[in-house]
Parts: sequence; structure tokens; C-alpha cells
Amino acid sequence: MRSLIDIKELSLKELDSLIDTALDIIENPQKYSEKCKGKKLATLFFEPSTRTRLSFEAAMYELGGNVLGFSEASSSSSAKGESVADTAKMISCYADIIAMRHPKEGAPLVASMNATIPVVNAGDGGHNHPTQTLADLLTIKRKKGRFNNLTIGLCGDLKFGRTVHSLIAAMSRYEGVKFVLISPEELRIPSYVKTDVLDKCGIEYVETKDLCGAMPELDILYMTRIQKERFFNEEDYLRLKDSYILDPQKLENAKKDLCIMHPLPRVNEISVKVDSDPRACYFEQALNGKYMRMALILMLLGIK
Amino acid sequence: MNIDSIKNGMVIDHITAGKGMELYSLLKLDSLNCPIVIGKNVVSRKLGTKDIIKIDADIDLNTDILGYVDPDVTINIIKDGKIIEKKTVSLPEKLVNVIECKNPRCITSCEQELDQVFTLTDKENRVYRCLYCETKAKEQSH
Repeated sequence: MRSLIDIKELSLKELDSLIDTALDIIENPQKYSEKCKGKKLATLFFEPSTRTRLSFEAAMYELGGNVLGFSEASSSSSAKGESVADTAKMISCYADIIAMRHPKEGAPLVASMNATIPVVNAGDGGHNHPTQTLADLLTIKRKKGRFNNLTIGLCGDLKFGRTVHSLIAAMSRYEGVKFVLISPEELRIPSYVKTDVLDKCGIEYVETKDLCGAMPELDILYMTRIQKERFFNEEDYLRLKDSYILDPQKLENAKKDLCIMHPLPRVNEISVKVDSDPRACYFEQALNGKYMRMALILMLLGIK
Repeated sequence: MNIDSIKNGMVIDHITAGKGMELYSLLKLDSLNCPIVIGKNVVSRKLGTKDIIKIDADIDLNTDILGYVDPDVTINIIKDGKIIEKKTVSLPEKLVNVIECKNPRCITSCEQELDQVFTLTDKENRVYRCLYCETKAKEQSH
């Protein structure tokens, strides 16, 4: 029985295989429409989410399976004080696979240690979000055709941005990748990501506050939202929330084939005027998330 | 000061002076009923002063924690009044309920019955990280 808690648990071979499956699903959706018939996905969302939860649910429905679960902690037994471990044991009796989002870091790992069915981490606090990374990787593959020799700009909240941490971990395994880490001083990448991932893999990176200065060399620009829910102090949030706003002017010096990504939801960090730019990939990225979640569900359930 | 030799048991030697009581507590020696002697600030040729713990019983003690708290200790196993084995300690791969995660966002902050588990992620720099949230353990007072 296999779970997915951290993107690093997947080997490059397994990632390739998931991407191949997702590409095949895109080409031949009919072939997969009954693969999960009779199977149930439990979506345990202890924190609000639209995209990830609906994407998981859509993925399971398109595989012919069913979905049960809850979308906020107040409608679950955790409101009565049930532990994550007990919830995982109980849900194992009703479903075949769990997708869990939780505000506390490590909660999906605790669930996987207690469940008897696969658990997918659908986001744990500011820690990890591996299925978003799967969506990001498929988007990069479809847009760029490769994972190596890319300069990737990551912009915004690099401290609490779990999608950023997971993407760095995944892309650091490829050759010729360079990161440009663009953030305000207070939201710089945590030191453990630098020491344990970037330095360990010998990955080239620079840290800067200047988005426009970094723009010309980027192959990919990954924007992130400054997340209100990660701040204990509202004052800090208000001070930092508008640090970076991407608009058509800022893109003037960008490469013609730049790929603009965002895990969504966005607030104002990408102007809606950018949406019509052919380089904007973020809505396609959300669609790719569904395909990768379909591929992942098949892999974890051992369905060919 | 003289303390009688033990017949069968264990001597934890070369403990950094002042850490003896802490090790006594971490090894949960208070739960044993056998004779135990703690020597504090004992004269040592190697260290100047040291602490020492003698346990007069043939017990199987998990001493992994020693490598984290005081890596220079030596453990002598005594049988029939003779040292039959001398062991040094190494950094344990995993620490369970030894240090606490200080990250308020970690699952262990709200589910207090969970074991506090830290794993060794960087041997060279003695870095331990929380199994659940990967937060780095702060250097302890020991």
C-alpha cells in the first residue's frame, strides 16, 4: 500500500510514468472512463479549498469512481476533537483512497501511518502540496517539452508557499535547472530548502527582490499569492500583500516563449490583463492538475 | 571518594561534567529497582572532571539517546566484575520523545499524544528534523 505525502517519494521513473499516463488520458479519455468503477475517493478537507478538492473529485468521477467526504473541519469529527489518526482509521473502512488537506503540517503523514488505504497529501499547511507539483510538472512538460536546462523564476511568498517548496524539490533533480527566487525579505525561501535541496543537489540559484530585473532570463515565471491564512499577524500581511503584481508592462522584457504559471487562486498578483497573453498558462495548469490526479489515483490503486 | 565496583551491569563513563542527572532522567533510570550510583564532578585524567553512572544490574538499556546528548561518553559492559565490552556511541538515526517540535503549525502542536519524532537528516552538521513538518530541531541546552 502506497501513499503520496511528499513529491520526493516519487522517483523520476515514476514521475515519467505518471506524466505518460496523464498524456494518454488527455488523448484517450474514453479508455479511462470506467477504470475506477466501484472505487471510492474520500476527500478530507480540514481547510477550505476549491481547486484541489474539485479537481480530485472531477478526477475520480472521470475515472468512473465515486466520491465522499467533507470540505471543512467544522463538518467533520475533528470539530469534536477526533485525532487525525482515528479519522484515518475510520475512513479506511469506507473508502479506497484518501485525499487530505489539513492546516497542520504533517497531518497527512500521520493519516498515512494509520490508514489501511493510500493517502494523498492535498496540502498540509505551508509544508507540501505534491499534487500541485504534479500539475506544475505536466504543464512544464506540455509547454516546454523538457525539464532540464530551464531558468525558473519563483515569485511572491516563498516562505509559506508550499507549492514552491515542492516544485523546487521536484525540479532540482533535473540537469541545468536554475532558480531565480524573487520575494520580499520577510518571505524568502526557508533555509532548509536551500541547504537540504538546492545546495545538496548543486543547483544554481539567486535570491532577489527585483522581478523586472530577473524577467529577461526566465523560461518559466511561477507567481504565488501572499497567503493571508499563513500569517499570525494581520499587520505583516497587509504590509506584504501587494509586493508583486504582474501586469503587461512588466512582461515587456520577457521571453516570447515564457510560461507564466500560478497555482491559483490568485488575488491581485497577476493582473487580469495578462490572462489574454498567450504566455499565461495558469488555467491550463489547473486542468493539468485533474489529469495528473487521475494518473496518481490509478497508480496508488494499482490500476493499469 | 570510592564507590565499590559492580559485578554485573553497565558503567556510563566520560559523561561531560554536569550532564549525569540529565542522562539519568533521559534513560529513565529512575524506573529501575537495582542499585545505581551517579558520580558528579569526578576527577578524570582525560577530561579534568566528569560524571559517571554505574548500574548494578544486567539490563538491556537503549542507549541511542546518549549519542545525541553527549557523544563522547563510553559505555562499559561488566560481567563477573570484568569489562567484557567497551562501546562508544554514535548519533542515533531517530529520536523519539526526546526533543519537541517548536513549530506552531506542526500537527504535534495540537495532537499531543503523537510521538515527537526527529530524524537525522545531516550527520555532518548534526541536524535533526521533525518527521512531520521537517522543522529543524533547535540545539538543546545539553
